[in-house]
Amino acid sequence: MELKDKLVSSYMAFENTVDNDTAVHEVRNEAIKIFEDKGFPSKKDEAWKYTSLNSVLKHDYSVFPKQENAIDYKDVKKYFIHDIDSYNLVFVDGKFSSNLSQTTHDGIDVCLMSSALTKPKYQLIIENYFNKVAAKDGISSLNTAFSKEGAYIHIPKNKLVEKPIQIIHFSTGNESALLLQPRNLIVVDENSHVQIIERHQSLTDNPVLTNSVTEIFASKRAIVDYYKIQNDKENASLIDTTCIDQKRESHVSMHTFTFGGKLTRNNLNFYQNGERMDSTLNGVTIIGDKQHVDHNTLVHHIEPNCESHQDYKGIFSDKSTGVFNGKVVVNKEAQKTNAFQSNNNILLSDKATINSKPQLEIFADDVKCSHGCTIGQLDESAMFYMKSRGIPEKEAKALLMFAFSNNVLNSVKIPEIKQRITKIIANKLGVNIGFDL
Amino acid sequence: MLEIKDLHASVEGKGILRGINLEVKAGEVHAIMGPNGSGKSTLASVIAGKEEYEVDKGQILLDGEDIEELAAEERAHKGVFLSFQYPVEIPGVSVTNFMKTAINETRKAKGLEDMPAKDMLKMIREKSELLEIDRKFLSRSLNEGFSGGEKKRNEIFQMAMLEPKLAILDETDSGLDIDALRIVANGVNKLKNKDNAVIVITHYQRLLDHIVPDFVHVLYNGRIVKSGTKELAHELEEKGYDWIKEEVGA
Repeated sequence: MELKDKLVSSYMAFENTVDNDTAVHEVRNEAIKIFEDKGFPSKKDEAWKYTSLNSVLKHDYSVFPKQENAIDYKDVKKYFIHDIDSYNLVFVDGKFSSNLSQTTHDGIDVCLMSSALTKPKYQLIIENYFNKVAAKDGISSLNTAFSKEGAYIHIPKNKLVEKPIQIIHFSTGNESALLLQPRNLIVVDENSHVQIIERHQSLTDNPVLTNSVTEIFASKRAIVDYYKIQNDKENASLIDTTCIDQKRESHVSMHTFTFGGKLTRNNLNFYQNGERMDSTLNGVTIIGDKQHVDHNTLVHHIEPNCESHQDYKGIFSDKSTGVFNGKVVVNKEAQKTNAFQSNNNILLSDKATINSKPQLEIFADDVKCSHGCTIGQLDESAMFYMKSRGIPEKEAKALLMFAFSNNVLNSVKIPEIKQRITKIIANKLGVNIGFDL
Repeated sequence: MLEIKDLHASVEGKGILRGINLEVKAGEVHAIMGPNGSGKSTLASVIAGKEEYEVDKGQILLDGEDIEELAAEERAHKGVFLSFQYPVEIPGVSVTNFMKTAINETRKAKGLEDMPAKDMLKMIREKSELLEIDRKFLSRSLNEGFSGGEKKRNEIFQMAMLEPKLAILDETDSGLDIDALRIVANGVNKLKNKDNAVIVITHYQRLLDHIVPDFVHVLYNGRIVKSGTKELAHELEEKGYDWIKEEVGA
């Protein structure tokens, strides 16, 4: 049976496992209809022109893992940013892991989607926010239909959340192939500030497909700094859709670091519903072998006096392929918009590919919008210069790659994350040198 | 220390060096002069190991060992240093980090541990003072936005940090005003000792007033056509290169 049919027929079984006496029930029913109608995206869809899911969809994925799988903290500690004090929301094969997590209800809610979807105290928030900004395409609707577990974060107004929140989804590989569909909802009220780190990590080489959807609502003057660390194993694929609704004077930044995984597709949509706000979208992608990474971004400027900044760096070796599709829409009312987009790429092999496609749709007449895309190789004269000072080829390359990613790395506000990313990159490049950027 | 025997080298099939013979002993300063296009910079690049240059014939021996097959970094580990005519700008890599990496990679190649951070900082401080380099400079991206003089001073700073056995200064005087020239020359002279050697490549006499050579060679058309002492440099300064060309042509 094709995966699509299997999923549609699994939906009935899924319905029996969740409480159907809620408003969410209707939302799910609608969503499965959309998925039934639209199915998985194919290369015929303009937005998926350069990314084929065929090789990922061929596995016979389990939709409901049969058993609960416990893992020990010591075995997975390395996947945490463990040198900082943080709230942790950890899921193992889609199920909440209480022993690995640290939740809170002390003034803020850092807890589970499964509770939020069912308990009356969260009902109002769920009614107001759930699936309100999420994309309504086939694949996001599939997630909506099966939405049951994930992170639920609600920061009431005037809270500076001092500890970052780590959301980690592990897959144990106990199923021969597993489909995970985490659903996260993050609501940050007026004047509050929160930092979030998200990671998807499989623990074996069995195939995993994660179809994750995250909705973020940033109210007036809220600040949200979000970091995605994507360094999964070679048979793990990720379709990650993050949709952000921003209100006036809010600041939301998203950093996406992509080094691992077989196929990674990041859909990142910002909707600026208000004035005088800014959105930052930064990314560093370093991949090789036959890895594929696709960044699909949208910034929709709806009202005047707002800014957006996009800076994506990509380094591609071997037969890897990259896609950057960055769309900026400026509504007619959105005068005095400043929208900047830059996508720089280095191809280290003749067989590596990058498809870079900026799209600007500007309907206002008093705006500053720029976009730039470069594709190049490592500078040979710089390589010789470094080698002539005793720095071997591999290390010289690594230094140049770090330098290339420098701007993005320097915009990371949590030093421990920057250190971790630096370490992951050094491991990936097989070098052991310090990078004091 | 350095022995070059009948060296022929080409780039993209075009012969540039056509039989160079040169011997440089420890403690010596050699100047290589010559008109534009005579092969001076090629010689420097070939000794340093730039890959685009093909050695067609001959040998480059460093302390008796043929280094022709060695990669640029391996030659650097053995003590070869090239001060670039046009130092490369590397945005995003600070001078300090670059130097730290260069020194520790060289130490690694020799089987030594990384230099302790404290020693590294002390060394950076001492050597930057020698070249009258502002500390702020060291955290800037390598050569990015540096003036011509700053780039050259930075080259000699790197030389001071790496303490090479054989330093080749390729047109280090070009783009320098008289103060920068004095600082650079002073730096080189302080680094000079009986165990190392310097090859100064230059068009002009003026650097040689500060870094006094033991021998002066004239390179023309890919060959050393005349060698002498520092007086030869004065003669070239007065008379230009035409008489040499005539002598060779004759």
